[in-house]
This record gives sequence, C-alpha cells and structure tokens, in this order.
Amino acid sequence: MATWTPDPSFYPSPRMAMKAAPETLAYVAAFDPERKQPDAIAVVDVDPASTSYSRIVGTTAMPNAGDELHHFGWNACSSCLCPNAPHPHVERRYLVVPGLRSSRIHILDTKPNPRQPSIVKVIEPAEVAERAGYTRPHTVHCGPEGIYVAALGNREGKGPGGIFLMDHDSFDVRGQWEMDRGPQHFAYDAWWHLGHDTMVTSEWGTPDTFENGLIPEVLLGAKYGRRLHFWDLHRRKHVQTIDFGDKYQLVFELRPAHDPTKAHGFVNCVISLENLSSSIWTWYRDGDKWAVKKIIEIPAEPANEDQLPPVLKGFKACPPLVTDIDLSMDDRFLYVACWGTGDLQQYDVSDPFNPKLTGKVRIGGIVSRAAHPSGSGPLDGGPQMVEISRDGRRIYFTNSLYGAIDPQFYPDGIEGWMVKLDASPNGGIAFDPKFFVRWPKSHRPHQVRLEGGDCSSDSYCYP
Amino acid sequence: MTDTWSWLAIAGFGAFHGVNPAMGWLFAVGLGLHRGQRRVVWLALLPIALGHALSVALVAAAFVWAGLTVDARAVRIAAAIVLIGWAFWHWFYRSRHRVRVGMTTGLAGLGLWSFLMATAHGAGLMLWPALMPLCFPAGAVADSDPFLPALLGVGLHTLALLGTTAVIAVTVYEWVGLEILKRAWINIDILWTAALVAAGAWLLLA
Repeated sequence: MATWTPDPSFYPSPRMAMKAAPETLAYVAAFDPERKQPDAIAVVDVDPASTSYSRIVGTTAMPNAGDELHHFGWNACSSCLCPNAPHPHVERRYLVVPGLRSSRIHILDTKPNPRQPSIVKVIEPAEVAERAGYTRPHTVHCGPEGIYVAALGNREGKGPGGIFLMDHDSFDVRGQWEMDRGPQHFAYDAWWHLGHDTMVTSEWGTPDTFENGLIPEVLLGAKYGRRLHFWDLHRRKHVQTIDFGDKYQLVFELRPAHDPTKAHGFVNCVISLENLSSSIWTWYRDGDKWAVKKIIEIPAEPANEDQLPPVLKGFKACPPLVTDIDLSMDDRFLYVACWGTGDLQQYDVSDPFNPKLTGKVRIGGIVSRAAHPSGSGPLDGGPQMVEISRDGRRIYFTNSLYGAIDPQFYPDGIEGWMVKLDASPNGGIAFDPKFFVRWPKSHRPHQVRLEGGDCSSDSYCYP
Repeated sequence: MTDTWSWLAIAGFGAFHGVNPAMGWLFAVGLGLHRGQRRVVWLALLPIALGHALSVALVAAAFVWAGLTVDARAVRIAAAIVLIGWAFWHWFYRSRHRVRVGMTTGLAGLGLWSFLMATAHGAGLMLWPALMPLCFPAGAVADSDPFLPALLGVGLHTLALLGTTAVIAVTVYEWVGLEILKRAWINIDILWTAALVAAGAWLLLA
C-alpha cells in the first residue's frame, strides 16, 4: 500500500544513505545442497547491543524443496526517488527471492515481523517462463521501471538469457526487458548507471553448462562468458560489447559507482586460462564509447597436489577464484572475495585505475583452511558473497558459491558460515571476533541483504 | 464573479501541478546537480513548461472542439466520466509507465517527458471544469470564439506552473537541498487522484 511520506530507507543520494543508522538484521539466502529440505531465508541478528547478536533469529522456509536460493533483492529502493520516474511512496518491504534452479519466485513480506518474514506470493516456474520468456532467475534489482530480474536461461533453459521486469506493487511478471539484444547471448549479472542511462550486463553461461557443475572442457575451451554488454537503459537496446579475450572466463559481478555522475564501475573475471589468476577490471566512459582496463590481477598460489581437489591437481596451484566483489557507498573501497585461496581483500579505488591494497584477511580456503579468531577451528569454503553496510563500517560474507560447484573445489564438503569484518574509515579490515555464525548443517548460506538496504541493493539519481 | 473564480482555479491548478515533484521541478534540480551547473536548473524550466502547456492545450482544444461539434451538455458529462475514469486508471496503473527519458536527456527530451507526464497524469483533464465556464458560458456556445478563453486559460495555467516550478526548483537547488525530499515529499498522488475525482464530480453535479 502507498504511504504518505517516502519510505524512510530511500535516500536521494549515496552520501545521505551513508548517514543512515546501522542495520540490525541481515537476510541470508540458504539452500540445502541435497535438495531434500526446503531452502530458506534466514534472519541474522547483527545488532551488537542485542543478546542474540550473531545468531540466526528467524528462518522462513520455502514451500518446496530444491529451489536453490541464491541471489535476491528488494521490491523497491532509493531509485524510487528518481525525478524521471518517481515512485516515492512504495515501501521497501518485500524481498523478491528467486530459486536459481527451480525458477520459482517467492515474495516475502518483512514488515509484520522483520525477524520472521512471511511468504505472501509464489510465482510458479511455468508462469515466469510463460510471461517472461526466461528461466533461472538470478540477480534482482529495484529500478526505474519496477523490479529487474536477470535470468540465465530462456524459456527452454537454453540461451539467450536476459532480463525481465516485474511490477513492484503487484509482483506480476511483466515480460522481457530487451527490445533489441544485439549479439548478447549469455547472461549473469545486471546493473546500471542511472546518471548515464546505461545498463550493463555480464556473462556466465547457459544452464546446461553449469547446473551440474563447471564443465572443464567448456572452461578450458574458453566457451563460458567473457564479455560485457552495454545497453541504452530506456530504449532497452544493446549498444556495445566488450570482449575480454579468450584468456578470460566468467565475467561476473557488476559494481557501478554509486555516485550517478561517475561513469565507471568494477567487474571481476573469475579465472584466466593462462595462469589461473583472477582479475578486476574497471569499465569507464572513453569519449562516446565504453572501455575496460584490467586494474588488479590476483595470482594463483603454488600448492601440493595432495592438497588440491581433482580438478586442480594437474595445475599444482590454488586459484584465487574471485567470485564476488562489492563497492562501498562512497565508491572508495572495493572488497574482493577470493573463494579459492580464502582471502578477503580491501582496495582503495578512489582512483579507479590505480587501486591500492589497504586490507586483507584470510579465512577458509582450499589449501589454507584458515580459522576464525572466535576459535572456530579449520574452516572450509572461502569468502564468497560480500555485503557492505551503508556506512561502510561493517562487511559481511558467507562461504558457499553454488550447490553443484562447491564440491568441485571443496570435495570434502562445505560447512556453512557467515562472518563480519569491521572496517576503519581510512582503510584496514579486521574480523569481529564475536561474529561467527556456524550455519545449520542442513543448509549453506549465499547472498546477504541488509535491513533497509546495502551497497549492492540501491541506486541513486542524485550525487 | 464566476469568471473570477474560474481564472483563480486555473491559476491554482497551475500552482498545484507545479508543486508536484513528478511534474518537473525535481527533474530540473536533478539535472542541475548532475551537471553541477545552476544554469541547467533555469534552462530546464522552459521545456518543462512547454511540454506541460502542450499537453493541457491539446486536451482543452479537444474539449472545445467537441463542445462546438456536439451538445455541450454531452461533452460535460463525457468529460466527467473521463476524469473519474482517469483517476482510477492513474491510481491503479501508476507504476506501469515506460520510462523513456533519463538523466542524460537534452532539453527536447525534457519537453517530451513533461508532455508525457502531464498527459499521463490527466493534467489537462483536471483543468477542464475550470476552463469550461469560460469557453461555454451558461453551457451554451457564446458569441465569441471559445478557443480564445481556452488559450488564455492554458497560458495562465502554464505561467502559474512555471512560477511555482521555478521558485521550488531554485530554492531546493540553492538553499534547501534534497534532504527535504525525505520529509516533505508527501503523497501527492493521493491528492491528485482526489482532485481528478472532485473535478469530475463537480462537472456532473454543479
């Protein structure tokens, strides 16, 4: 229902969002890798003053098993204040939670009881496929025309993947977003520069090439995605492709600058076929075109064969596998999750072409199995989905990547955990020793969303 | 006396439309902030006013033409029904518009945006109950050309809109800042929908 004044969690600019009160709850997608028990959205208490701090205080189970909850998002956010398409009196209230495997979409209401969201609508896979023409919904973003969902497969579960729109009030699936997709075929992440009327999308692959795990032949044959696509956000038309080249595979998470006057962003490439390194690239406006520049390369670490899973033994090295990055609200710090080696790195990217490493922690990792200072003992999995508080002072992350891929790199299994770092205003990160969530064994945690919005949920029209 | 009230209502609707952030002042501020230029705020005002004026003028012309072609009473009732219908459509489908113009827009795009926003919101429709008594006094075709008062009415409405838009846009840009949005952006859609219904009801009952 419409409100009388704008939702208090909508901010005209990222600067104003940074002054918001700290979050007290985190919502975390959790899935059962065995696909026997229903997946769930868990609610974690992140209020240090609370007696249940760092504990799961609520769990909302999905109605079916096997959805593979992965990424999710809010129905509405700060972009509702944009002057060209204002919808300021919608509430940030509902979580839009897709099943990446099932293609079922769940709508959870967080308002009646924020610690125990209730499922108010379920859109069945057949309806999504029928209305949107897509399946395998992945990224969810609130934006100028409602809810944008990036999906990895078409109606038949093949390519092309793309984006579809949902109504932010009724949650009706409104249909395919693209009017002219040009050469785009693979899909993965999608986000935009509202100040530059530009949509950016990245590439993974079609569902048949990842739903049973990464296929070595496809990877080594450089047949997974390796391109960025730039679109006219309002004409919904493809305008430019940037190919990273056949050395690079899996171009994943898109983190455009929050300041709408800036025309640059960051994306991670998971693996180089040349030396197993991961890389971070800056995309930027160069005249009337978009361009990219590699700004960070994180090398693989030499390792003994017996410490490595079968898929890596021949390489005698542990790849960093940077599978998520996140940019602070002031566009100053970029956080880089190295799921393979176990590093979580912090770079100062004030100058987006000259990053400076300002902080690093290690936890889990294929070889290192590093422990948490709470006395956790050796840990498996590594830093994966990262989320940053609006004020940039707290960093949360979990350790599972994707059901079918986890055992390829962590064949002994992954026991889920979620941790928190404290970040100094001028750089530097450290574990909060009081925050270690050992996940219930039946499930593994993936994306984290913070109450009232976070650094990968909201976009802004005003600087 | 009736005439005076009509002119006042026409100007009042102009001010009401100007206050609504969805009619343009916020876009002017946004463009000014985005480009970092005070000049842009002022420049944006003109296409916003022109787009709005064109939308309102087309609706007024259509009603005047209808009034000249068919029975004025029939037009009055038809206008009332359209107004009330528009109110419901506006309320239930307000989030379904395609977004065609974004932050990189030029002045022509801004004019198009203003035209589309005014049209979709039924700005011209809302004005008709105030224009009608001037164009068709006592419900009959006057001796004079009804297009003339319609044109004057649209002009007055636009001036009131432009004045209000300018004052708010410049005040917010220069002094107040966008923090004000969080507190002061009341749900004008509710008032707007009520105004559409009230205007329709007035046509039916008065």
